[in-house]
Amino acid sequence: MSERPVAGDKGFEPRIVAFFCNWCTYTAADLAGTARMAYAPNVRIIRLMCSGRLDPQFVLAAFRHGADGVLIGGCHPGDCHYQEGNYKALRRYLLLKRLLREMGIEEERLRLVWISASEGDRVQKVANEFTETIRRLGPLRLAPRPGMIRLPAAAQPEPQPAAREGVLP
Amino acid sequence: MRAHEIYPNGGPRIGVYVCHCGFNIAGKVNVREVVEFAKTLPFVVVAREYKFMCSDPGQEMIREDVREHRLDRVVVAACSPSLHEATFRRALEQAGQNPFFFQMVNIREHVSWVTEDPREATEKAKALVAAAVRRVIFHEPLQRRRVPVKDRVLVVGGGIAGIHAALTLADAGKHVYLVEREPTIGGHMAMFDKTFPTLDCAACILTPKMSQVAAHPNITLWTYSEVIQVEGFVGNFRVRVRRKPRYVIEELCVGCLQCIDACVYKDARFPDEFNLGLGKRKPIYIPFPQATPRVVLIDPETCIWFKTGKCKQTCLEACERAAIDFKQQERIEEIEVGAIILATGFKTFDARRIPEYGYGKYPNVYTALEVERLVNASGPTGGEVRLRDGRIPKRVGIIHCVGSRDERFNRYCSRVCCMYSLKLAHLIKERTGAEVYNFYIDMRTPGKGYEEFYDRLLQEGVHFIRGRVAEVTDWAITPDEEGKLIIRVEDTLVGAVRRIPVDMVVLAVGLEPQPDADEVRRMFNISCSKEGFFLERHPKLAPVSTFTDGIFLAGACQGPKDIPDSVAQAGAAAAEALALIDKGFVELEPNTAYIVEALCSGCKTCIGLCPYNAISFDEARMIAVINEALCKGCGTCVAACPSGAARQHLFEDAQIFQEIEGVLAYV
Amino acid sequence: MSYLYFPGCSLKGTGRAYEESLLAVFRALGIPLAELADWNCCGATAYMSIDERQAFALAARNLALAEAQGASDNGAIQLIAPCSACYLVLLKAQRHLMTDTAFRQEMSGVLPGNMGDPGQIRIRHPLDVLVHDVGLQEIARHVRQPLRGLKVASYYGCQIVRPFALFDRPHDPSTMDDLVRTLGAEPVDWPLKTHCCGGSLTGTMPEVGLRLNYLLLREAQRRGADLIITVCPLCQFNLEAYQDFIRRRYPDLAPMPVLFFTQLIGMAMGLPPRELGLQRLLIPVEGRMAALSKEGAHARA
Repeated sequence: MSERPVAGDKGFEPRIVAFFCNWCTYTAADLAGTARMAYAPNVRIIRLMCSGRLDPQFVLAAFRHGADGVLIGGCHPGDCHYQEGNYKALRRYLLLKRLLREMGIEEERLRLVWISASEGDRVQKVANEFTETIRRLGPLRLAPRPGMIRLPAAAQPEPQPAAREGVLP
Repeated sequence: MRAHEIYPNGGPRIGVYVCHCGFNIAGKVNVREVVEFAKTLPFVVVAREYKFMCSDPGQEMIREDVREHRLDRVVVAACSPSLHEATFRRALEQAGQNPFFFQMVNIREHVSWVTEDPREATEKAKALVAAAVRRVIFHEPLQRRRVPVKDRVLVVGGGIAGIHAALTLADAGKHVYLVEREPTIGGHMAMFDKTFPTLDCAACILTPKMSQVAAHPNITLWTYSEVIQVEGFVGNFRVRVRRKPRYVIEELCVGCLQCIDACVYKDARFPDEFNLGLGKRKPIYIPFPQATPRVVLIDPETCIWFKTGKCKQTCLEACERAAIDFKQQERIEEIEVGAIILATGFKTFDARRIPEYGYGKYPNVYTALEVERLVNASGPTGGEVRLRDGRIPKRVGIIHCVGSRDERFNRYCSRVCCMYSLKLAHLIKERTGAEVYNFYIDMRTPGKGYEEFYDRLLQEGVHFIRGRVAEVTDWAITPDEEGKLIIRVEDTLVGAVRRIPVDMVVLAVGLEPQPDADEVRRMFNISCSKEGFFLERHPKLAPVSTFTDGIFLAGACQGPKDIPDSVAQAGAAAAEALALIDKGFVELEPNTAYIVEALCSGCKTCIGLCPYNAISFDEARMIAVINEALCKGCGTCVAACPSGAARQHLFEDAQIFQEIEGVLAYV
Repeated sequence: MSYLYFPGCSLKGTGRAYEESLLAVFRALGIPLAELADWNCCGATAYMSIDERQAFALAARNLALAEAQGASDNGAIQLIAPCSACYLVLLKAQRHLMTDTAFRQEMSGVLPGNMGDPGQIRIRHPLDVLVHDVGLQEIARHVRQPLRGLKVASYYGCQIVRPFALFDRPHDPSTMDDLVRTLGAEPVDWPLKTHCCGGSLTGTMPEVGLRLNYLLLREAQRRGADLIITVCPLCQFNLEAYQDFIRRRYPDLAPMPVLFFTQLIGMAMGLPPRELGLQRLLIPVEGRMAALSKEGAHARA
């Protein structure tokens, strides 16, 4: 893994991956930007269409590749753009927390939040709070895995289905 | 293993473009550094920066590079994809490349605008660019789905905004369903006597439009009706509308009103909703003489037949057309439309929430909307401004910003109160000759002819006292205050506390979202802003669109607005709806889920998860099948599939894993 | 539930009747009050305007003592502050401790207790405790001599409902009106319940301070109040002690008894007058009560 970018000499800077749903939380993060609400730069946002798309493996992959904390953001209960994806996310989240505990990863390193499109201030608050939580917990130390492959074979592009037209790479 | 080792034949050719966005990005992020960094990433053939990537020269830069460097992947680091993803995809398409070989990096909203330290901002931008470069390698060429659009439009809300939008569309030859909750269309505007700043009569400009709606062959008008369910998506919404029973057959009633005269109640004795309880009506009634449609209705809450089951039913006898039907049931209508315009309006602030202003305690404290009815020629007093005890007020105080610009309630300015207060001040003075005092924080009169109207009121001798009123009280100190309401206020121009005794207090209540705005928002799958008004897609560039394609906003449901602005916005919403349905089809984002048949084990996990019933089970092949036309691309099934057979275009596992690794480490 | 009690200087001095009646009422209701040991000045009066940090430090010491002494009850330590000024300053200091981490760290170095979570102390006004914890029903159960026919103007003053409106509406509070009804008396509709009593102006600018008191008293009189009850020692003193001075200037003012609300509760509960400090009133209330009971007897006959 490459060197960690550290601004100045501030000691441990948590790395946080955030999976935000397109309709509520990602939009709220856009709003936080429009309103210039500064927050901890540690949070790196990955857009999903819905929190229901969150495969638990994404969280595990994030931890495996060096995340110290993972944030999941969805619409408030009842507000899901796809009716109930956020409930599915909630179920997976609760199970995932148990799994993390068994793996020796502190539960607090994973957090699920409901943030609506108008709650830019909440993105700021959650990002800062979560960064502080992780800072307190310190770096996640997983046992190193020898021979870890950066681009796993399974992740290679599928052969293009013939039905779809387009330019092949 | 390095990525290029997997592609012995050279692999993809990626172009990375970093936007300055003027100083918006470049003021915080060291763009040059990000570009230099991008050049070191695998498969990146060219990396450039530009002041405004979204501009024509910026797009041309991409198009040229695609042709010249044979780029087959493009990453643009700029603003939010919600703003310009479409722009850059189009640029790719124009250069002959599949538009989905593109990934956008949000380094403005998510980096430069929210990060204080330039160093940290630059590092974060680099990480996000690295992630996008890794992700785009795994992009596939996709085709947008084309779906035909229904050419009918639903307009929800029959106030001036809904009326104007419906008429615009109907005149353009489109069929419009106009659904209004109240028994008549007209909304708040129908309650006004005059409109600012021209003082033209509200009824004279509104009622012709109302009757046009009723008569228009292209408009289906459903009043006393509510939308109860919305399904589908842009171009193809299925909507269910509940038509509440009026106990009068709309098609038969001609509005002769003989039934009202015949009612067993000889006098009108129930508070009349349209006049805010200042007047009375009978159980069988018409809200106001110009109500549209001109059809009576029976209120079962007050009708003695509904309450006791005993009544001579004189109304029924009086109706020559046999239009009265005590057994009428609610009806559910189902319609299919291509676009929806929401024009559900506002409600006024509940003045009881500010007890120190005495509304509900002192009978001579009125809300502005009540005074609109009092000054209205067809109102309960025939346009005479009389207090509840019949006196004509000699001194009147108008308190501005009631519920607006107040941290306890609403921080926003309601935009219309200064102007309607001026209008009411003028009308009250004209009708009664009273001394009128306006208590204001700031006078806000931007608009064509508005400042001039303010000036005119100053000339007319209306008093203006600058200060937020502390309280309205009946606590008299001096004899001339006895029996009056005293307005206590700090006059901030004089620098002293003043006590102004008046006979009548008018509270200029602010505008708030409808009480059920949140339920409506959920039903139509759109968002609300912090104050609870419907949220537009972009405050400047998409002011009548929502985040849900095909649903548009008009009028005060989107935020406080006066009549000219509501009408302008209604026209805009109608134009957007027209543009959508006249095209005849929509192109949907190709982010649907699909099944890799060879991998599907037939476990059926995905089937129950789909909220749209888009997944079925093929019993013969023992695999799940996704109907792409029904799939909306949430990806819930994809996340749940235990064998990795369910996948999602544009959000493939491989793409997301690359993004995760990318944000965590520079390759 | 158990409560810590912070008397402050007034309840040991000019407001002694407040302490006496408060303790008597709580005793009669069977609610233990433990006085905060080694308490000091709350930090009110002029401190706040001269040296805010010092004023906050004084208040913080009291909170630290409470944290050390108070047995945690449902996770919160209940600290009763009857004087409005104490109540407000303690609340302000608490908020300051919670928002200003530097100040909290500074204080935790010098004060007893670790100031771990200043938010766990609930600073309560006895009016709030009596009406919302004890409850009007329970108080009604203890009423032995309902104050029938007595017209009471309830005066809150400025500090207990503003800016921290923790148990009543800031502009139009009604807790005391409900209480008055429970005691069998009749609340007077009196719009001045949160208007200014003049505070220290009665001493520094008497013409302003006395006029403010006059306006309050006169309006209560005009609205038919037999007496005024209040929650604040300074308000009580201002409204009661200056009536002679005020009458010299405004002769239309009749004597108006001004009681602490706890004294009125005690009267309705039939507690002995001396336990309620009624003998300390400058404008006695007994005459009115006697007149009322005579009227009552007439009405019954």
